[in-house]
Amino acid sequence: MNCTDLLSHLSDYFDDQLTVELREEISEHTSGCQHCRVVLNTTHQTIEVYKGTEIYEVSPGLRERLHSAIMAKCFAKK
Amino acid sequence: MPAIQSPVTEEVHPDVALVARAKEGDTAAFEQLVRQYERQIFRVAQHITQNREDAEDITQDAFLKAYEKLDQFQGNSKFSTWLVRIAVNESLMRLRKRKTSKTVSMDEDVQTEEGSIPRDFAEWRPNPEQQYNQAELADILRKTIQGLPPGFRTVFTLRDVENLSTEETAEALGLSVPAVKSRLLRARLQLRERLSRYFRQKQEGQPA
Ligand SMILES: [Zn+2]
Repeated sequence: MNCTDLLSHLSDYFDDQLTVELREEISEHTSGCQHCRVVLNTTHQTIEVYKGTEIYEVSPGLRERLHSAIMAKCFAKK
Repeated sequence: MPAIQSPVTEEVHPDVALVARAKEGDTAAFEQLVRQYERQIFRVAQHITQNREDAEDITQDAFLKAYEKLDQFQGNSKFSTWLVRIAVNESLMRLRKRKTSKTVSMDEDVQTEEGSIPRDFAEWRPNPEQQYNQAELADILRKTIQGLPPGFRTVFTLRDVENLSTEETAEALGLSVPAVKSRLLRARLQLRERLSRYFRQKQEGQPA
């Protein structure tokens, strides 16, 4: 496996869609390739930091307003 | 001769019963569905449009559409995926209206490889969470994802922020599974590259 192959398997690696053989090839490659090791680690951190941070906070006030507006809109005509 | 049916042990999603009740005019059941998904729909709309007022309008319109079209919902997909699809379409329409000259479409493949080839090879140390507080982090992440093409940031949002599966994302966006995968990879790599500016390990002797 070379660096380009690794890159093409990267998403499937994180989504746990790879065969055991491919996962082993990847860890074999990263143990000898500093660049790919960093890319793998920091891409993983990218996904995790987005999962762990609320970018668009919905405050209780906003949520209530939104909820009332939705209900008013849906049931206005009936 | 009737086919022999194997016993169905598949678990039925709780939304199925709520949708059935809502179809029969049970407003409490529909309100329950609204409560369950209003925040998610709002977040998705805000991610795509990058505008809070638009996102509020879209959320209302999406639920209204869902309510009016409830009879057309066949239950082949999850109710939430169907709802996200409506919200994505409303959001894209809003984007198109805003930028009259530029077309905004999900199936238009963004050909640029720019930013998808890794260039920054510094580790992120300490962790982003140790370098910045929550508010600063949210600010950095918001600015960074805003720089991605809409097609990329939408796929990333559905997969990695809202945790839809690859198949559900494909369905919500009207894309093939391979198209979702290729956009997701490029979105993740571009975000990684851009975030490295903030999070990369500072070299000794370099001004922070
Ligand atoms: Zn490599």
